[in-house]
Order: sequence, then structure tokens, then C-alpha cells
Amino acid sequence: MSHITLSRVSKRYPGGHEALGGVSLDIGSGEMVFITGHSGAGKSTLLKLIAAIERPTAGSVLVNGQNVGTLRARGIPYLRRNFGLVFQDHKLLFDRSVFDNVMLPLEITGFDRREGARRARAALDKVGLLHKEKARPITLSGGEQQRLCIARAIVHRPSILLADEPTGNLDAGYAAEIGELFRDFHQVGVTVVLATHDMQLAARLQPRLIEIRGGRIHHD
Amino acid sequence: MISWLSAHRRACAGTLARLVRAPLASLFNIAVIGTALALPLGFYVVLANLQGLARDYSPQPQLSVFLAPDATAADARATGDRLKGRSGVTASRFVSRAEALETLKSRTGLADIIAGLPGNPLPDAWVVTAAGADAATLDALRADIRQWPKVAEVHVDSDWARRLDSLLALGRHAVLMLATALAFALVAVTFNTIRLQILTQRDEIEVAKLIGATDGWIRRPFLYFGAVTGAAGGAAAWLMIWGALAIFNGRLQPLSALYGIPLQLNHLNGGDSVAALLFAAVLGWFGAWLSVRRHLGAHDPL
Ligand SMILES: Nc1ncnc2c1ncn2[C@@H]1O[C@H](COP(=O)(O)OP(=O)(O)OP(=O)(O)O)[C@@H](O)[C@H]1O
Ligand SMILES: [Mg+2]
Repeated sequence: MSHITLSRVSKRYPGGHEALGGVSLDIGSGEMVFITGHSGAGKSTLLKLIAAIERPTAGSVLVNGQNVGTLRARGIPYLRRNFGLVFQDHKLLFDRSVFDNVMLPLEITGFDRREGARRARAALDKVGLLHKEKARPITLSGGEQQRLCIARAIVHRPSILLADEPTGNLDAGYAAEIGELFRDFHQVGVTVVLATHDMQLAARLQPRLIEIRGGRIHHD
Repeated sequence: MISWLSAHRRACAGTLARLVRAPLASLFNIAVIGTALALPLGFYVVLANLQGLARDYSPQPQLSVFLAPDATAADARATGDRLKGRSGVTASRFVSRAEALETLKSRTGLADIIAGLPGNPLPDAWVVTAAGADAATLDALRADIRQWPKVAEVHVDSDWARRLDSLLALGRHAVLMLATALAFALVAVTFNTIRLQILTQRDEIEVAKLIGATDGWIRRPFLYFGAVTGAAGGAAAWLMIWGALAIFNGRLQPLSALYGIPLQLNHLNGGDSVAALLFAAVLGWFGAWLSVRRHLGAHDPL
């Protein structure tokens, strides 16, 4: 039940640059999709449109049949709770501990604190950061920060995982482990959409590959 | 319902944590708000005490009801009965024209002149003790009795009540104006504090929104913070006044012993204290609300 449909979606940023032009795309529930393409192709823009972080200038974006582009501001938080978001620039909170960063999505939904703490530790354990739960994110390496971001994205068990370059800073070993993590999610029915340059990962996971070039789908 | 409650409890705990995290800044804020509130509140306390003193030490206000020259004894009796039945009258005493003349003679030493008069120029009168001391009540009573048949004139014996009343009214106006001005100050202080908090928590707010926080969830801790700082400022003001009164009453002690009357200023009563705290909390909340509306709106759409 996490179907994503884009119909002739265009996105022109203020300032006139067209990041996406007439993209149509259908991602079935439980599918695993890699979005690839050169830098500036529009991969991040595509993910942002799905998560209602940006609104399309033309066309429609449907998530579970709901038009995300015309969603009222009140509805957006509830839409976003369906997603696990891994940001290209991480967006970690540096004045909170690693553990508290992972707790944030649960706090937002008013999750029971004790059960939440258990889940947060489980998520940290999955990405191999449990021993750093009290550390500040600023003291983590680039790869560790990326894994922390993944832990935060999965802690509330989203039905759709949107990850923007989740293995960008990781060495091959960790990238492979994170890849396994995404495969696990895919296998339990989570829809996984990744924007990545990592062709090694793609070769291993054998996902559906979509290449964007200059804001248009070049290959699906 | 449970989760709503626990969400509020958590926001409250978060607010306290925030206050403790920056203890110096919080104390400073609370002191500023406290001082701003202490002024009108202190003024009010003094006023309330004056009012109490005036009530305790004022003589019973009296009205003289002079009857018409042609009023008969029956008319006088009728007026007396009517006075007994009138609400707001605690006592009434009849002074006949003869009695009044006697008093005049004996008290003033004008006996010779009075003896030379062809007749008694004085009217019969009722001396009425009123229940209320304030000018409005006395005026109403006076206006009413004047309308009665065979009543020529009603005289309110002293104007002190009116003077005190207008003085107290003036004081109340001053307190109100001062309170309004300083309420603005309080709102402005919280507005600015919250603005700074929002600025320093930009990232947190942005991330929380990105991963599904509602506006309510984001606003709640700021609103709580405003209300709590306001209430804490109110409490600080209360304590300041309490301290000032303790010192002042200490100074009054020898004076009080000298005159043999208990001179002492009282603090706000329980109800007024609670009202003052609530008022401060509401103002703080309002300042925070304005700030949140102004500064969180700017984030949307992300
Ligand atoms: N907020 C923005 N305002 C204006 N232009 C933007 C904005 N975000 C992206 N763009 C432009 O849109 C185009 C697509 O950007 P996008 O971030 O989607 O690329 P990308 O495929 O994710 O690239 P990368 O691999 O470098 O992350 C780029 O040319 C970029 O300059
Ligand atoms: Mg990108």
C-alpha cells in the first residue's frame, strides 16, 4: 500500500531553471528503485517532490492515490510520516546526542518513550552505531553521520524509504552492509527509492534502474 | 487523550529543560519580567491597602433630610416610616425643629439673637445613617429621598467620601495605565526571547518539519516557554513586593506602637495572587504566540 505515481511532472525552481521536465513514473508498492544520473540531473528534486518538500510546477505526484502536490499544509506532516527520509546533506541535529537524533521521529508522533528508546537502540544497532549513542553527531565521521541518518529514517518503520545518496561517503564494506539493510527493508515489503551514483551497489542488489538525464527519464 | 496529555507533559518537561539549560539567560528574563510586573502590582497593593484603611477608619456617612416648612407631625412620621423601609439606610433619628433650635442655642451661644427671632426658622429633619460609604451610593440615596413628598432638601454631611472616591479612582486609573504599558513590555520581552529561540533552533525546526512534525508540535514548546516565563516573572514580582512589604512593615512598627493603631500593609490576597500569576502567564503565552506566528510562518513552504 505505498504506490507512487508521477504523471508528466515538471519542476521549475524560482529563478527559471527547469530541474525536471515531463517525468512520468510508476513505482509499485514494495518495489526497489534506484534513480541514477549525472550530477544536477534532478534526482534529489524527484525525491523532494514525492515527499512534498517541493511542489511540482506541472503534472501530478500521487502517493497512495493522494495528490501530494495539492495537499493542504495541514496534511503534509501526516503524509511525511509514511516516509523514511535520508537526506543528501544528512540534516542531523548537532546539539543533540546520536540517540536523541534517532528519537526525533518517534517524539514527533507522540510515541511511548520507553518503547521508543528500545526501537531507537535497535535502529542504531542495525547501522552499527549503538556504541556511539551518547556521542554528538559532530564527532562522527562522514560515513557514521550517513548511517545515523539512515537509522533516523528507519526508526519509525516507514512504508516508503526515500534515500538520497545514502552510500555517498561510505567505503565499500559499509556500503555493502547498508545495501543489505535496504534489501532487508525491500524484502519485508517497504518501498525503497534510492538516488545514487553507486553502480556497484546497483549491480549487487539488482533493483529497477531509472536513469535521469537533464531532468528527463533517459532509461527505465 | 492519553497521548495528548503525555505530549503536553513532554512539552512541559522540555520547556523546563530549556529554562535550566540556559540558567543565566532564564533568570535574567524572569527578573526583567518580574520588575516590569512588580511596579503596577505594587501600586495596586498600596491602593488596596489605602482603600481598606479608608473603609476601616471612616465615620459612618450621614445625610440630613430637611422637611418642608409646612410638613405636619404626621408627614414627619410618614417620612420616618419610609426611611426605615428604604434599603441602604441603617438608622434614622428624628430631630424636631424645636430640638434643633435648642441645640443651636446651647451650642453656639447665639441664644440672644435666636430669642429675638419672631418664630422658629428651622425645619423638622431626619438624620439618616447610610449603609454604603461610597459617593455613588450616597448620591443615589440622596436623589431618591429628595423626590419624596414634603422633603425640602437632603444634605450629605461630608464630602470626604466623594474626595476619597475620586482619589482612589485616579489611583486605579494610574494602575491600569501602568499595567497596560508594562503588559506590552512583558509581551515584547517574550516575543523577542522566543524569536531568538526560534533563530537558534532553526535546524531543529526544519528537520522536525521535514520528518512529519505538525505545526502544533513545533509551536507547543515555545508557547509553554512563554507561559512559564510569564508565570515565573509574576512569581518574581510577587516575591519582590513581599520583600518590600516586609521591610516597610518593619519600619511602620514603631509608628504603629506610638499611635496605638495597627498600621500594616497587607500583601495581595490568595485570589488576587493567583489572578496576577495567571495574567502574567497569559501575557507570556500571548507574546510567544505572536512570535511563533510571525517567525514560524516564514518557514513554510520548506
Ligand atoms: N532549491 C533550488 N533552487 C534552484 N535550483 C535548484 C534548487 N535545487 C536544485 N536546483 C537545480 O535543479 C537541478 C537539479 O538538482 P538536483 O539537486 O535535483 O540534482 P541531483 O540530480 O540531485 O544532483 P546531485 O547528484 O549533484 O545531487 C540542478 O541544476 C540544480 O542546480
Ligand atoms: Mg542530489
